[in-house]
Amino acid sequence: MKPAIDVRGIVKKFGDFTAVDDISFSVQQGEIFGLLGPNGAGKSTLIRMLTTLLPPTAGTAEVDGIDVIKDPNGVRKVIGVIPQALTSDLELSVYENLLIFAKLYGVPREKRDSLIAGLLEQVELTKWANEQVKKLSGGMRRRVEIARGLVHHPRVLFLDEPTTGLDPVSRAAVWEMVRKLKEQHELTVLLTTHYMDEADNWCDRIAIVDHGHLMALDSPIRLKASIPGTNTIEASFEDAPADWHQQLESLAGVERVTGDANVARIATDNGPETTTALMMTAAEAGVRVLSLAVQSTTLDDVFVHYTGRQLRDALQEPSAADRSVMVNRGR
Amino acid sequence: MHRTWAIIERELRRFRRSPTLIAMSLIMPIVQLVVLGYAFGGQVKHLKVGLVDQDHGVPAVRLHELSNAVAANANTFTPLMYNDLGTALGDLRNGHLNGVLAIPPDFSRRELAGDAPRVALIEDNTDNFVSASLVGAYTGLMAAYNQPAAAPQRVAQQATLDVVEMYPYVPYIQYLLPGSIVMSIFMMVMIGGGIIFVDDKARGLHEGYLVTPITRFELILGFNLSGAIKAVLAGLVLMTIGSLIAGVPNPFDPLRLMRLLVVIVVTAFALVSMMFLLMVRVNDPLVPRATFGVLNTFLYFPSGAVYPTQAFPGWMRAISKIDPFTYAVHAFKCLVLKNTGFGAIGYDLLYLTLFSVIAMTLAVQLFRRTL
Repeated sequence: MKPAIDVRGIVKKFGDFTAVDDISFSVQQGEIFGLLGPNGAGKSTLIRMLTTLLPPTAGTAEVDGIDVIKDPNGVRKVIGVIPQALTSDLELSVYENLLIFAKLYGVPREKRDSLIAGLLEQVELTKWANEQVKKLSGGMRRRVEIARGLVHHPRVLFLDEPTTGLDPVSRAAVWEMVRKLKEQHELTVLLTTHYMDEADNWCDRIAIVDHGHLMALDSPIRLKASIPGTNTIEASFEDAPADWHQQLESLAGVERVTGDANVARIATDNGPETTTALMMTAAEAGVRVLSLAVQSTTLDDVFVHYTGRQLRDALQEPSAADRSVMVNRGR
Repeated sequence: MHRTWAIIERELRRFRRSPTLIAMSLIMPIVQLVVLGYAFGGQVKHLKVGLVDQDHGVPAVRLHELSNAVAANANTFTPLMYNDLGTALGDLRNGHLNGVLAIPPDFSRRELAGDAPRVALIEDNTDNFVSASLVGAYTGLMAAYNQPAAAPQRVAQQATLDVVEMYPYVPYIQYLLPGSIVMSIFMMVMIGGGIIFVDDKARGLHEGYLVTPITRFELILGFNLSGAIKAVLAGLVLMTIGSLIAGVPNPFDPLRLMRLLVVIVVTAFALVSMMFLLMVRVNDPLVPRATFGVLNTFLYFPSGAVYPTQAFPGWMRAISKIDPFTYAVHAFKCLVLKNTGFGAIGYDLLYLTLFSVIAMTLAVQLFRRTL
């Protein structure tokens, strides 16, 4: 079976800045594939190249077997795209938005109404069909976008940060909907997110992208298994001696220690045992433990492992999209 | 008070970072000064007068010579020879001439007999400025003609000029109406044409339709046609209300209405195509706002909407030659003030159609299908 998406050595440069640097991967049909990374990692640039919105500087990609450079219009016919920005017309009703896009995609007249009615039901907006989009909440608007992206029965659905800006309940609802729609429409889904927990819960496979590079690619379980430790202990200390790091590294079960003398992040393959040893060693050394948390390894740990920094640090950097704007304005 | 300063600081910082806006706000009054300064009150020149000589006698030839002298010197008008009065009057009605000087068959005989010879100046009086210049020039010409080479031994009855007006008197409000109809179309084009695309870009809405299989041509044609439909409605409203306010005689003649509709549609499409072309690479929504004032001045005043183009200096006449407003205003003047047929406005319609095609083609070439 041919892959739904096949990316080969794709590169995108904005002036001197390389937003996406020689990335290759394949997405199998029926997968929910997540591109995970902070703002500025190059996720949106990558998705824009795959959806024909940006021409690659080098390399190429095929979507449903169609080359994005040679036949962009062919690609546009088989993809549904839900961009990061809400792009529905606020003045138009939910139904009108879907109708316009059904026409843009060339959906035959006789099929339009039944198709739209079905989609509205699936995204639970039937009651709001004739309401202007501007009167809907953020979560509902996102659902309008999702329905709009499916109005022509695409084979591959692209979602660029579908849950950004939504409250936790709406986020969960959007994910539930994406999974349901994927089954009903036999879709392949490629999405970007910077929410680790969402990627962990909902994606079949994840590609971690940072600074335009593909850092790791696998299923969430395998990614977590690929890094040292099964648990992570986060602890902060007071009056820690100079060799405290070395002492922590020698504790039972410890595989890796990151952070500084006062705040440590300890990867261990035995959380309870390491915690007990840590408390005892701290008491002996006269180090006060200010806080302590033990958790199973998360994708956040995977991210730290592969990128050498935490996602929340990376979030502070300007995004590739911001940079492209800067480059454009500078021209 | 420091909060007020915060607002002032914010606005000034933003202002400093919008060079286009600053440039346009400075350019605008200068453009107005220059364009308006030359648009009004200039001496009307380059008029075209059909000369129909039914006499061919020596005195008639003197009139030819005097006419040629005016063409060579003051250049108020250029005489064009016609053998047939009917053809000349047809061209006058269709707007190809500004006036016709008819020298009757008995002119020389009456001149030699000293029997008050007369010539007739039949003029297109729908433009009072043109009309006044023409009558002034011919009155001067006749005075020169009657100037004796030597003191006359007896007083003969001198040649006189009979001025014949083709149309009922046209008040200035009626004269302005065609320009206002074009302006109403342009105003709607400004808010409903290419600027919508610039707004979509600023709000990111264009990503939504750029990922659909729509072609550049389909997209631009869609924007232009929707803009043109809105502009046609504006044009129709202004034409109806304006005709009633200005007191245009017989404004609802069905044939005239049909011709007006054609001109409104063609004008709307030409202006909306021009606007999309101008906005096709613009990303900053402030740019259209900053440009419209300047654009308005450059298009409206040199078009002959408020003063005849024949009175403009060369550079402004060059603008008016390419300005789609000029052709639209001319066509509306023919229909509203003279109630002509398509014969008089064929060239205007052809120009506006070609203008639309060229503007659309360029816009399609320049349009970026990607972000």
